[in-house]
Amino acid sequence: MDSERLLEVNNLRTRFHIAEGTVYAVNGVSFGINEGETIAVVGESGCGKSVTMLSILGLIPIPPGEIASGEALYQGRDLLKLNDSELEQMRGKDIAMIFQDPMTALNPVLSIGRQLGEPLRVHLGIKKQAIRQRSIELLEQVGIPDPAHRLSEYPHQFSGGQRQRAMIAMSLACFPSILIADEPTTALDVTIQAQIVELIQRFREQMNMAVIWITHDLGVVADIAERVLVMYAGFIVEEALVDDLYEDPRHPYTQALLAALPRIDRRRDRRLRSIPGAPPNLLVEPKGCPFAARCELVFDRCREEMPPLIQIASNHHQAACWIDVTTGKKR
Amino acid sequence: MAAPSPMPSENTQALIQVRQLKKYFPVRQGLIFEKEVGAVKAVDGISFEIQQGETLGLVGESGCGKTTAGRTILGLYPLTDGSVEISGIQVEGINKDDLKLLRRKAQMIFQDPYASLNPRWTVSAIIGEPLRVHNLLPDDQARTERVHELMLKVGLSPRLINRFPHEFSGGQRQRIGVARALASDPEFIVCDEPISALDVSIQAQVVNLLEDLQDEFSLTYLFIAHDLSMVRHICDRVAVMYLGVIVELADRNELYENPLHPYSQALLSAVPVPDPKTSRKRQRIILPGDVPSPINPPSGCRFHPRCPIAKDHCSKIEPEWREIDPGHWVACHEV
Repeated sequence: MDSERLLEVNNLRTRFHIAEGTVYAVNGVSFGINEGETIAVVGESGCGKSVTMLSILGLIPIPPGEIASGEALYQGRDLLKLNDSELEQMRGKDIAMIFQDPMTALNPVLSIGRQLGEPLRVHLGIKKQAIRQRSIELLEQVGIPDPAHRLSEYPHQFSGGQRQRAMIAMSLACFPSILIADEPTTALDVTIQAQIVELIQRFREQMNMAVIWITHDLGVVADIAERVLVMYAGFIVEEALVDDLYEDPRHPYTQALLAALPRIDRRRDRRLRSIPGAPPNLLVEPKGCPFAARCELVFDRCREEMPPLIQIASNHHQAACWIDVTTGKKR
Repeated sequence: MAAPSPMPSENTQALIQVRQLKKYFPVRQGLIFEKEVGAVKAVDGISFEIQQGETLGLVGESGCGKTTAGRTILGLYPLTDGSVEISGIQVEGINKDDLKLLRRKAQMIFQDPYASLNPRWTVSAIIGEPLRVHNLLPDDQARTERVHELMLKVGLSPRLINRFPHEFSGGQRQRIGVARALASDPEFIVCDEPISALDVSIQAQVVNLLEDLQDEFSLTYLFIAHDLSMVRHICDRVAVMYLGVIVELADRNELYENPLHPYSQALLSAVPVPDPKTSRKRQRIILPGDVPSPINPPSGCRFHPRCPIAKDHCSKIEPEWREIDPGHWVACHEV
């Protein structure tokens, strides 16, 4: 398994020093991804899923940000130690990213063609005429009609779904080995969301690309992921293969989250189980389990000591909880 | 639709009656000699009823006109054509006194808990505003007590009464919005995407709260949402909108288990299920293209350019609004 390990992140901690104090955004996150694999990182807003990925790509502004510890090994190099020009070399070519809001991620005053051509020119050194040809091909591949004509248009002339398609075309231009998709379908309607999911799946298969899919939507996760990381308040609290996670969630937070979801494919049989309270204030240095204040199974130790993420079942199913939720016994 | 007959009702005392409602927004051109060059047909002839104590879901993708429909029904936008009756009050051509009464009886909960609360007002002022405006409790003391009571009802601690909106989380702010809506003892509340801005763990809290309040005060809801799973959970009946018209309306289980309109079928099939094994088995209908512009909607059936089963006549003749099974209405030639 380790032989095809593409990216390995260890003990990543990211903080932001702002006027109100220090935001503890990512608090010791470790995970890896293999060649061609699709993993999903799920969690609610502020759980640190996006900051984790931005840290790996060197996209956290420092200051106010600070990478307090950790390493991100890609092909034997620690991405967190690269200088600006090395980062620029890597971004888009080895690891590409697409964002939630294609309107803010695209430059409104540059034509789509210009923006699409940029990675081709910078990373692949393709000449002008060839860039245009390749750009047309790319737009065609992501399903934009009349691509030659659309190249000279600007982002506002594209619909939301088309902008996301154009962004995908841009991110795939240099055949990256990892694509980080940060909530790429959240701003889109469900019928368009289905189109985009299908598109990314198709490219993943064609290019044997690894995909890290960041989302809060447990429905999308069930659709696309092979393995899932559940994040809460800057920690990974559970990691499992997708079937194991949905069939046998082992962290109280994951359990509660799945029970809080209504199902479109079933008749209503009960009220939704809600999770009381709200996520913790990230301005307070974490102590103990971040879910303790909202957890039904909480006991003294949870408030004092953060449980480590340990293997609790087969298939590398890991959870960070002082209680074995299947037996109710303390660890 | 061309001339759908108003829906016959078993109970003539439906609390809300909407007939052939239309709302067009003019499109103007020219700086000095402005002239109308067209109209955005945001809502183009919709009809439905809601019974007392019932929750009707209004679903569809962005731009389908569901929010405009909700606002026009409450008289927040003047309607272009058609009629709306809420608890015996005629909304079209309403006079000032009746409008004030309508504002008391019908309330709204908004999508964005950040933008819908005045940041300079305390919780006390926000929740107490309907009481003040309608002169329900002129006495300061009594009003404060009522605000306390409302805060408790929606699960907020009355200790927070003098705080400002920015001191609350998204879920708590939505509770403030709910308390404000409840303040004037309404019979009918339009919930416009009340949970879409909230995290999953908070959504369930707000949905359960809305259900409890409905039971306690026998409220009637129009629940506007794009989250089809949540709509199945909370609504009794569901109407599906596409490009300004309702294409299908049925009881929730009937609609979700037996959707008849090709758009409803595609929409429902596109919603991901939080269960990988079920998800792999599901057949998805992926629609081509985007929703067309409501300024110049397609001729005939508005869905025909994206419809997988469209025939020639679909582009020419508007489908009739028909009752296929008791209570199951659909507008499609091919059903």
